[in-house]
Amino acid sequence: MNRISGMRILLSVLAALLAYLPDAAVGDEVRVAVASNFAECLEALAPAFEDSTGHQVIIIRGSTGRHFAQINSGAPFDVFFSADSLRPALLEEKGLVVPGSRFTYAEGRLALWIPGAGPEDKRPVAEILRAAEFDHLAIANPRLAPYGLAAKQALENMGLWEDLRPRLVMGQNVGQTWQFVASGNAEVGFVAYPQVLSAPAMRGRWWKIDPPLHEPILQQAVVIKNAENAAAGAQLLDFLKGFEARATLIKFGYLIPEN
Amino acid sequence: MFHPDDMVALGLTLKLAVISTAVLLVLGTPLAWWLAMTRRRARPLVDALVSLPLVLPPTVLGFYLLLFLGPDGPLGRLMTAAGGRPLAFTFTGLVIGSVIYSLPFVVQPIRDAFASVGHRPMEAAATLGASPCDRFFSVAVPLSRRGFLTAATLGFAHTLGEFGVVLMIGGNIPGHTQVLSIAIYDHVEALDYARAHMLSGTLLVISFTLLLVVNLIGRRQPGVRT
Repeated sequence: MNRISGMRILLSVLAALLAYLPDAAVGDEVRVAVASNFAECLEALAPAFEDSTGHQVIIIRGSTGRHFAQINSGAPFDVFFSADSLRPALLEEKGLVVPGSRFTYAEGRLALWIPGAGPEDKRPVAEILRAAEFDHLAIANPRLAPYGLAAKQALENMGLWEDLRPRLVMGQNVGQTWQFVASGNAEVGFVAYPQVLSAPAMRGRWWKIDPPLHEPILQQAVVIKNAENAAAGAQLLDFLKGFEARATLIKFGYLIPEN
Repeated sequence: MFHPDDMVALGLTLKLAVISTAVLLVLGTPLAWWLAMTRRRARPLVDALVSLPLVLPPTVLGFYLLLFLGPDGPLGRLMTAAGGRPLAFTFTGLVIGSVIYSLPFVVQPIRDAFASVGHRPMEAAATLGASPCDRFFSVAVPLSRRGFLTAATLGFAHTLGEFGVVLMIGGNIPGHTQVLSIAIYDHVEALDYARAHMLSGTLLVISFTLLLVVNLIGRRQPGVRT
């Protein structure tokens, strides 16, 4: 075989491969930036939405702080599911979201998870934390992640923040915080209650940490202005307000906010 | 000028880079010597292993290290059995991570320098009655000094810029595991661009100066290659 025909074969193979790359779907792609605590739940919701609308949901998970910074810099997202209400409100103020699209889709719940705790441990949370029988307490970074901020508020309200500070390890988001505890590297961690509920193999014990120990975690979503598929994004938010979606939210451990 | 927390991160990063580079030079030199001189069949295998961090995403290293160092991992168990504590979220853990992460950047230049010295000067020294140890330290090492300089600089600079591994095994503890690159990442996410600029600019200047100095030194001492 001479060199030219070899090259020709290579090119035709490449062309064939390119031709088979997934074509644009019938519906639109909705690019959704999702707080890591809500990603699992949205993944569970996506098929029903995709079936009824023909759109395809692309999930981009990460910390609310990072998504917020990226949207500020013009990231090509259609919808933003934040883990708080502060950042969507800030985006609204800056005129970066579709007016009127902001709404509270869920109220998040914080949980303290101790994989090594036995079922007989009936002590209240503050007492367990005060005893401090651990080297590392994992929380999400309070500067970046709303669940981290809630954890910090809870520790402050229990008067333990300063005492436990040297033992804190911080995940970039509540997802990484979960993984610090699940891998056994941190013995104790403040995670999202939905993570506790949906974990395949839960070990140890967990305690729900609810207001007034911390400010309510109101998780808001917005449609991004000038997004490529803002209309499909708005449809997704409407879907979240529906009965079917709310049932899933409750199943995952969220509270339904009174909008 | 600098926020006090950022000063801590800067100091910690420099400390990590200095210690990691020192450990790398001590461990890397015999390894590089072996790789340059051996004719064993295992050589390509070891060479490939040493080069792995060049191509692996740091997240892969970070992930395996997290499992390896953790309380259920081999090293974690060993540490606990020895009465110590698992090394994730500790400075020592970061040193271990950095040493693995920067290994090829240190071993490869030294290996190449040793290889270009070759067997001949060593044999000449042997006929003059130098012991193997003597030959190594007074012939091979001085002839390879440029290799060592390159290795030390690259190891240092590469550790300064380490991010993915630290992100996964560090836990972002100020003064212990929060290095410069992580602090920058946090500032950007928190939209504190002023502090991100300060630290990024500092890192840029340090890294550039470091490479420039090495280039200048390299120029002043012309080639030692035989």
